[in-house]
Amino acid sequence: MKRTRSFSWIVMAVCAIYFLTPLICTFEFSLRLKRGVYSFAAYENVLGDSHFQASFLYSTVLSVATIVFGTLLVVPTAYWVQLRLPRFRPVVEFLTLMPLVIPAIILVFGYVRIYNSSSIVPMTSASWSTDVLLGCSYITLALPYMYRAIDTGLQSIDVKTLTEAAESLGAKWPSILFGVILPNLRVAIISSAFLTFATVIGEFTIASLLDRPAFGPYLQLVGANRAYEPSALAVITFLITWGCMGVIQLLGRGRRGISASAY
Amino acid sequence: MAFLELENLQKTFGANNVVQGFDLSVAQGEFVSFLGPSGCGKTTTLRMVAGFEHPDAGCIRIGGKDVTGLRANQRHIGMVFQSYALFPNMTVAENVAYGLKIARRPAAEIRQRVEEMLALIKLPAMAQRYPHQLSGGQQQRVALARALSVNPQVLLLDEPLSALDAKIRISLREEIRAVQRKLGITTIYVTHDQEEALSISDRIVVMNEGRIDQVGTPFEIYNRPRTRFVASFVGTLNILQGQVLDAAGGRILIDGQEVQVTRGQSDLASGKIQAFALRPEAVTLGDGGVGRNRLRGSIDQVSFLGSVVRIRVKLKDNAILLDTFNNPGVAPPEFGREVDVNFGTEDLLVLDGAGRD
Repeated sequence: MKRTRSFSWIVMAVCAIYFLTPLICTFEFSLRLKRGVYSFAAYENVLGDSHFQASFLYSTVLSVATIVFGTLLVVPTAYWVQLRLPRFRPVVEFLTLMPLVIPAIILVFGYVRIYNSSSIVPMTSASWSTDVLLGCSYITLALPYMYRAIDTGLQSIDVKTLTEAAESLGAKWPSILFGVILPNLRVAIISSAFLTFATVIGEFTIASLLDRPAFGPYLQLVGANRAYEPSALAVITFLITWGCMGVIQLLGRGRRGISASAY
Repeated sequence: MAFLELENLQKTFGANNVVQGFDLSVAQGEFVSFLGPSGCGKTTTLRMVAGFEHPDAGCIRIGGKDVTGLRANQRHIGMVFQSYALFPNMTVAENVAYGLKIARRPAAEIRQRVEEMLALIKLPAMAQRYPHQLSGGQQQRVALARALSVNPQVLLLDEPLSALDAKIRISLREEIRAVQRKLGITTIYVTHDQEEALSISDRIVVMNEGRIDQVGTPFEIYNRPRTRFVASFVGTLNILQGQVLDAAGGRILIDGQEVQVTRGQSDLASGKIQAFALRPEAVTLGDGGVGRNRLRGSIDQVSFLGSVVRIRVKLKDNAILLDTFNNPGVAPPEFGREVDVNFGTEDLLVLDGAGRD
């Protein structure tokens, strides 16, 4: 008993060193912009850079759009599959897994071939339509996370019986979906939203090849041209991602607690 | 005057005939139970009445109006599910109000109706609780209130007590019946628990393999089961094989001993092997005296069940279970002893349904 316990602590320690050392070193390095003293000068440079603000804003807006439209696509699909077409579940699961199997570079090459300015659907000929195309590709990229999160949420409530209960009380399907199903998927939708946010905010390949001013290409640009700022950016990105995960945890746990303490 | 009429309902899933030739008329305010083992089609029939399944053939009428083509949300039916199916994101009051909100009733009316319903199920203090803060029995009462809030034409209950523990089951079934009587609402109640069906219903529909085996009051179903299936499913029963000596005179030979039948002789045919049913509580130990049937055998099992002692007496091929009340002054009879058992001539029931078990 005691031996297994100390063994687990050793494993923990090794893992912690493995994961934390590079982080700590990156952080330490990012503080050394000024010779001889530790300072947050690199962070000031990054946060004050107008390109940082613009690209971060661009990616944030794009990820919010991805979350909204992705959720509107995935929730009804998963609901319908669960309720009426359980036979198609394996098909839909396979489809939603494709973005994990097909590398983003292949996806974007396909896009460029099909939607280039001399094709029938010249989506890359104007910047707004390229933004739309980028948004669509992000929905595709986020599908595996979104579908899984929402499907798990649907499975944790008895969708079929809840739907029937609402139906027998006279409800039609839009009010069932928005009044009964969606509110009970809150946690699932929130976690899918943050996973999507984390995916989109740092995405490089597609944004770069479609030549959009997103945060991913900006990260790469800074990384190629500066010494200390990339480390600062890496730390900032980590903080944002961790923040997202923390919020998921908090909201996920809070669900019962909130409803209990509200009354 | 029939209020709810089911006419020749058929339903198949793939190659399975789940419900076949189902005919039933339910009077206004009547409480009817569908009783049968799992897979007998009782829930499917209920779901067809609710509108969740569409019958392959046949017709459903409520109050004289054909509703077969209507969807569930157009039928004005209240449904209570085994799993309660309360909306987890809504409070008790919001759950009960849901149907009224969908029907766009004015807020004041909704508030009043919710209060009324919560008083009816005796949970007025729970209005602001969430379903997960209630016990199973309380949740099911809320589900009942939610189903009744919209004044449905028919109340359907699909094994509403199966998920609850034994004590709550009994108190809640009495409560359901009391509420049903008070509102006078036509009700169909699906259960696989014969005791539940017997205690709560005006009439019972016993179903087996998608068909109705018998429809009758609990008294009729228990005392005069028509088929071997009904007899064995409802209550404990002795099934005895006997040879008919004289059909007109009702003389039967069971394991070489002659007994008399005075009910249902018309179903008998001389010389045929026939199945008979005999309730354990109709049988007593001893000679019994003149005018009673008598069989001799040996005791081969004694089960002490508390208030009742159940004894099995082995004849030659047949065995008879009989119940005696526990008497603290008398020890249970010992194993292996030769005894006489006796029962009335009218207690031996002739079963039809040859080949159906």
